[in-house]
Amino acid sequence: MAILVIAEHDNESLKPASLNTVTAAGEIEGEIEVLVAGKDCQNVVDKAARIAGITKVIAADDVCYEYQLAESVAPLVADIGKNYSHILAAATTTGKNLLPRVAALLDVAQISDIVEVLSSDTFVRPIYAGNAMATVQSSDLIKVITVRTTAFSEAEATGNGIIEPTSFTVQQDSSIFVSEQLSKSERPELTSASIIVSGGRGMQNGENFILLEKVADKLGAAIGASRAAVDAGFVPNDYQVGQTGKIVAPDLYIAVGISGAIQHLAGMKDSKVIVAINKDEEAPIFQVADYGLVANLFDALPELEQAL
Amino acid sequence: MKILVGVKRVVDANIKVRVKSDNSGIDLANAKMAINPFCEIAVEEAIRLKEAGIADEIIAVSIGPGNCQEQIRTALALGADRGILVETEEHIEPLSVAKIFKSIVDKEQIDLVILGKLSIDTDNNQVGQMLAALCGYPQGTFACNVELKDGKIEVSREIDGGEQTVLLDLPAIVTTDLRLNEPRYASLPNIMKAKNKPIDHVTPADLGVAINSGLKTLSIAPPAQRTAGIKVKSVAELVDKLRTEAKII
Repeated sequence: MAILVIAEHDNESLKPASLNTVTAAGEIEGEIEVLVAGKDCQNVVDKAARIAGITKVIAADDVCYEYQLAESVAPLVADIGKNYSHILAAATTTGKNLLPRVAALLDVAQISDIVEVLSSDTFVRPIYAGNAMATVQSSDLIKVITVRTTAFSEAEATGNGIIEPTSFTVQQDSSIFVSEQLSKSERPELTSASIIVSGGRGMQNGENFILLEKVADKLGAAIGASRAAVDAGFVPNDYQVGQTGKIVAPDLYIAVGISGAIQHLAGMKDSKVIVAINKDEEAPIFQVADYGLVANLFDALPELEQAL
Repeated sequence: MKILVGVKRVVDANIKVRVKSDNSGIDLANAKMAINPFCEIAVEEAIRLKEAGIADEIIAVSIGPGNCQEQIRTALALGADRGILVETEEHIEPLSVAKIFKSIVDKEQIDLVILGKLSIDTDNNQVGQMLAALCGYPQGTFACNVELKDGKIEVSREIDGGEQTVLLDLPAIVTTDLRLNEPRYASLPNIMKAKNKPIDHVTPADLGVAINSGLKTLSIAPPAQRTAGIKVKSVAELVDKLRTEAKII
């Protein structure tokens, strides 16, 4: 039986998270098919058809899927999904909102946030904010899984899948889309950036983040923050890196004025290279940093900007 | 309006857990236990709706062994009206939890269910969505703001790129994100009063739910440890290392 991957997109572009999810699917035995549910999403369908390793794209293009509300998409996935051995989506807020609803409709368990595929029925996933790794085995006929995208690389765009439209629609008005406020930024998206510069409570206030921005500009980096900085109101909550924020794994993560609480480490410890700049040499962040600099960040950041 | 909140008993969020040496689980012997932080936010939100005159009754439900009563008592001290303890010694996966909740939602004619978006032990983030599916109700997950409007509920949700707002029919399921509110502390008089509030004891079987799961945990192991690298003395040395050693910039 084949594997169904739910594409993540905004009706215009396919999100990179879908590519990581296809890679995870590739480690399970079976052909991979992709479902694109949206409205006027032909661009996304075409892009999905070119993902390496997939054989088919099912296109559900209808006004009922415009905002991809779980109440609309879950019945579609549950209906189509009956014919698959696995249903996978990225463990993003979209995937986490949708897949448990699908699993319950199919009366099967859902496996959250896998970081490793051991076999077609056995997976590894973090629990206790990443302080332990559970190996779980599923005996369900359909395995419904969300994938931690940072644990899998992005699939290439060298594929050539066939496209098959579906006319299945869902009529519901119990949940209505009202509005969306997305943060606009010239910078790369936090979860797909290759370099991230992150600030913590040590930044002291929101204005000081300009020091980080200057360094980020030189590096083409995204800006992140610890929960302490978000809770203190320095930056909006979509900057938050950590167990309850975004899980990131860039090539380079520069933590500035971040002490390194467990919940923050859980969100960034899979980064390839970690740099910590903190004036407290006892800060736990230094225990995971490849390069640590004990310094006052208000001196170090302008110097770093100059040196880059 | 009748609100149901879930209160899960979990290890206190400030404790760094350790994996048992035989990889059979987490060592929780003598660990301090508490209400799951996201459930606390759910309780707080329900109390605020009651204080605003919107909710009439708040029922706090916990599922697990007898000592989960402590977490229900805490919810009662905070302002919930009564509790239901669904007593079982078995390990329960989210789908069974959702089925137990559905049975209570039906029996008690609940208008609004508020649950934590996840529990900090198993990190599943599933029960609210599953319950919504089983009931056929709409879901407002990862809520950072809720507002009752003409018999409906408007929920602002934290999503990856920012925030999304949806308008849901009631009954509905809401799951809480961190910034929905800041939970209060229970006052001593309220802790005393909570001792007299009723807690029903039932079992999953009483509710007609058979506990089973297609999932089996084979082992629980500690995560790979990252080792500390080196300390550099200056920004210049840092930049040099990143360029020539890590070759990353």
